[in-house]
Amino acid sequence: MTTALAAKPDGQASIEVDVVDAGLSFAGRLIFQNVSLTLRSGEWTALLGPSGVGKTSLLRLIAGLPEDGGVTTGTVRASDGQPLAGRIAYMAQRDLLLPWLSIIDNVLIGHRLRHYRTGVEDRQKALHLLDQVGLAVRAQDRPAALSGGMRQRVALARTLMEDRPLVLMDEPFSALDAVTRFRLQETAARLLSGRTVLLVTHDPSEALRLADRIALLAGAPVQLTDAGRLPDVATPRPLDAPGMAERAAGLLQQLALQDATSQDIRASAEMGLA
Amino acid sequence: MRQALRLFTIAVGLLLIWQCVVWISGVPKFILPGPVRVAEALIAQFTVIAPHAGITAMEIVLGLLCGTVLGGISAISLILYAPLRQWLMPVLIASQALPVFALAPLLTLWFGYGLMSKVAMAVLIIYFPVTAAFYDGLRRIDPGWLDMARVMAGPNGLPRRSILLCIRLPAALPAFGSGLRVATAVAPIGAVVGEWVGSSAGLGYLMLHANGRMQTDLMFAALLVLAVMALGLYALVDHGLRMVTNWQPENGYA
Repeated sequence: MTTALAAKPDGQASIEVDVVDAGLSFAGRLIFQNVSLTLRSGEWTALLGPSGVGKTSLLRLIAGLPEDGGVTTGTVRASDGQPLAGRIAYMAQRDLLLPWLSIIDNVLIGHRLRHYRTGVEDRQKALHLLDQVGLAVRAQDRPAALSGGMRQRVALARTLMEDRPLVLMDEPFSALDAVTRFRLQETAARLLSGRTVLLVTHDPSEALRLADRIALLAGAPVQLTDAGRLPDVATPRPLDAPGMAERAAGLLQQLALQDATSQDIRASAEMGLA
Repeated sequence: MRQALRLFTIAVGLLLIWQCVVWISGVPKFILPGPVRVAEALIAQFTVIAPHAGITAMEIVLGLLCGTVLGGISAISLILYAPLRQWLMPVLIASQALPVFALAPLLTLWFGYGLMSKVAMAVLIIYFPVTAAFYDGLRRIDPGWLDMARVMAGPNGLPRRSILLCIRLPAALPAFGSGLRVATAVAPIGAVVGEWVGSSAGLGYLMLHANGRMQTDLMFAALLVLAVMALGLYALVDHGLRMVTNWQPENGYA
């Protein structure tokens, strides 16, 4: 199997991204502040944390997407000083496939949005990427004909089609069953190697499997901490690699403990208000 | 096929009941003619009915076309220019709040006794359902798609209208379809009400005069033609919409 097309973003050097002094508040209530995060060039950074802690908001801040309900502050800088707009690919938890387009046209939606039409070369590339996720034979089908796992594979092909140096992934595998998730993690790791990737997840073993670095977003008040050295195995790390199970258990306990504390504090704060 | 058979059974059953009611009650034919009499009238007076039916059909189709185009343009304008919403929405609601029957004489006064006033009436009745449904469809699209499109923009953003054309419009087609189906069903009302108030041709005109001359069988025959026309038009529109939005899943509970 070749990964020639997907290995490196065409003509664009991989970039490092700095998020400085990020803050988030909801309805006047501060969730976190002074959070700084570096996405190292060509590496996978996992942003690990319990639900409701603001992981997605942080990702949206980097993506330049408006925050619904909350207020985010902070600056996002690329290492080369150029603006990030137009250099990001985004993959969400839902596949976001357009039901009226065929699979291949869904992969090409970025080109359609930017240029209204797609060339022969683009279609060939899309077909090649679909081949890499094992769905070239379904290119003409509609998304409704595909299973959830297949649809998310199409979403991965669409993300790769964008061919951007920075890839932001928001829980891209969490809606899938265990086996499908396992396979897709492997495919994504293979096809996105060499890019700067931010993977938002609440699953410690997923983070351990895929990331070069894990940033923990948890606690009360919410803080961002580095999870430290990860098992010295190339990604995607096998789940039975030495030290993996212990690390996963440790991270999970850390999250649970911090989540409990933060919930206690929130609860007592609300009771105090009442 | 089974559905066609069922429809046929329903039609025959209703006709039988109708005929029985006429036989048993013995009402005079100028109050309620039986189906056989109506069929006779339809055949005998077909050359009289046909041109009137043609006129009414023209009014309905023209009204439907104009109303749909106008409604479509309005919905797209509403989505594109936010300030317009505050100005156009009250007009929209008002256009629906006033009963068409009350407006019919005015429209006849302004547009004359010909085709125009009936088309205007049909447009007036169609405009609201099309605009409201289409606008709703354009507005309520998955915010995730918009996020995706925003991130996909190049450094200079997306070309104008690209999200509208590639995402909003196709996503709103099913909602537009619902509006158009309602419009198709009510369009004949607009045309016939217009004819009722003042006209020199059309099925409404024919019925009004048949009624005045106690030609109840002719009136029923005209009514039958109108119903067949309306159903045929609806089936046509429904089929076309299904073809266009064939990607939309339909569950069998409808």
